Amino acid sequence: MLTSADFATLRLTFQVASLATILMLLFGTPLAWWLARTQSKYKGIINAIVALPLVLPPTVLGFYLLIILGKNGPIGQFTTQLGWGTLPFTFAGLVVSSFLYSLPFVVQPLQTAFSAIGNRPLEAAATLRASPLDTFFSVVLPLSTSGFLTATVLGFAHTVGEFGVVLMVGGNIPDKTRVVSVQIYNHVEALEYSQAHWLAGGLLVFSFCVLWLLYSSVNISSSTQLPK
Amino acid sequence: MNTSILAKFKLSYGEFKLDVDLSLPNSGITVLFGHSGSGKTTLLRCIAGLQHAPEGFLSINGVIWQDSTKHLFIPTYQRALGYVFQEANLFAHLNVNENLHYGLKRLKNSVDTIQKESIIQLLGISHLMARMPDNLSGGERQRVAIARALVLNPQILLMDEPLASLDWERKQEVLPFLIRLNQQLKIPVLYVTHSKQEMAQLADYLVLMSQGKVDATGRLAQTLSRVNLPLAQDRQASCVWDVCVAQHDSVDYLTQVAFSGGRLYLPMIHLEIGDTLRIQIFARDVSITLDISTQTSILNILPATIVDIYHDEMGQSVVSLNVGEHTLLAHITQKSAVFLDLSVGKSVFVQIKGTSILN
Repeated sequence: MLTSADFATLRLTFQVASLATILMLLFGTPLAWWLARTQSKYKGIINAIVALPLVLPPTVLGFYLLIILGKNGPIGQFTTQLGWGTLPFTFAGLVVSSFLYSLPFVVQPLQTAFSAIGNRPLEAAATLRASPLDTFFSVVLPLSTSGFLTATVLGFAHTVGEFGVVLMVGGNIPDKTRVVSVQIYNHVEALEYSQAHWLAGGLLVFSFCVLWLLYSSVNISSSTQLPK
Repeated sequence: MNTSILAKFKLSYGEFKLDVDLSLPNSGITVLFGHSGSGKTTLLRCIAGLQHAPEGFLSINGVIWQDSTKHLFIPTYQRALGYVFQEANLFAHLNVNENLHYGLKRLKNSVDTIQKESIIQLLGISHLMARMPDNLSGGERQRVAIARALVLNPQILLMDEPLASLDWERKQEVLPFLIRLNQQLKIPVLYVTHSKQEMAQLADYLVLMSQGKVDATGRLAQTLSRVNLPLAQDRQASCVWDVCVAQHDSVDYLTQVAFSGGRLYLPMIHLEIGDTLRIQIFARDVSITLDISTQTSILNILPATIVDIYHDEMGQSVVSLNVGEHTLLAHITQKSAVFLDLSVGKSVFVQIKGTSILN
């Protein structure tokens, strides 16, 4: 059965994934809106940067994050000057790296949903006295609920499932940065296969149920597409 | 003409250039007519502010919506307009009632509910209020879209080919509502179309456009009868008259209608005496004679005065005539024009072989 140490990793995983998902939605929504609407020449490069974690080995991302966020890195120096210390091997570091790693899983479904809405409902709203911000909340959000559902579920589930980045940036510190995927690795290393089974099996069932629910509830036709 | 709409725009993208300077009446239906690519929809979008012409001046009943010399551009959502798109563009997540209230909720000063109800009645959509847009027919959707724009009590109603996406039957379903709307509400309408039929049925005032420029403007009847315009030279050229039911001859199954130049016989129409209707007379159905022949099957022979003549290169002459204060077009051969020695100012008789009733 699961030990209290296992439960601690579950709790931590849930906290990291929830916080990262909230941050991704807050930051990803305007970013996806911009990407869906803009004709700026920077669209391509921003799209590429957001999508990078989809193709990079997590260790590459983790390695560079470690360097940039570390005490000699540009962001590390900045956070040290602010008196926050450095981010690697902290809870905040885990959230930040999860945020970057899972962001495409939030941005891409939203961007697809926003693009699918097109110009027409926005123009109709403008002729009905709705300001652009008003239009976003009264027309765009309700018309892209399935995109938001997909983005939230995928962002959360993907953060729960990450391993390479959290190991590189978070380390393996009990109660502080040790998440479920790392704990499974620890169990296997220690040949505690039964413990590993409980956690791994749990994650498998969790992931399957989440995706099952998602694909059953969201009409994955033209309006929403999962990132490939 | 009470000109309270001034619109002046210059804009270009790619090959296309729009360059217009218009003053339009602030009542009735003004039809912007032209082929696709003539710039009529772009002009309408500039008036709505959906498109921002870099050079432009626009004032509606004295309120300035754009003045590029003063860097003034009121965004669409702050303009007191109603807009009906080619596709109804209803919000798919709201039912009909919620669609109607979307704009109403955002108005600063409330519109009285009597007007709202009368618009719902006028467009015949009261039984649809709880339906979602996906469960409406194309014609119903467009009627809801028109109502949604009208309940805001706009200063001007802009309609961009509102019937173009509908099939013939749906068109016939929506058209009567548009005509009634014009008779009952005092909102000026700018109506974009490339359909001659819709233009003839709806227009009070006409703006002819091609290649981003205005070719001619004027009251419908006068503009249709300008012989030097392609519209008058076209094989389908016609004139449109607003006439009044004067008398029914039930024995002959005919109705007499009155207009400024006398009376016309039409096949029996089931309207009350005094009702007005719009009829269309095709130029090819009008012939010219110098004296009244009594030995003819044609009923409608009226005295007329020649106003203008245009001879084309294909042996055809386009003649515009005054019958009372109404203008009429006749297409005859140049050979006949020469034979009858037709000239401007000459008094003749016109024989009208057929008329069609528009509404």
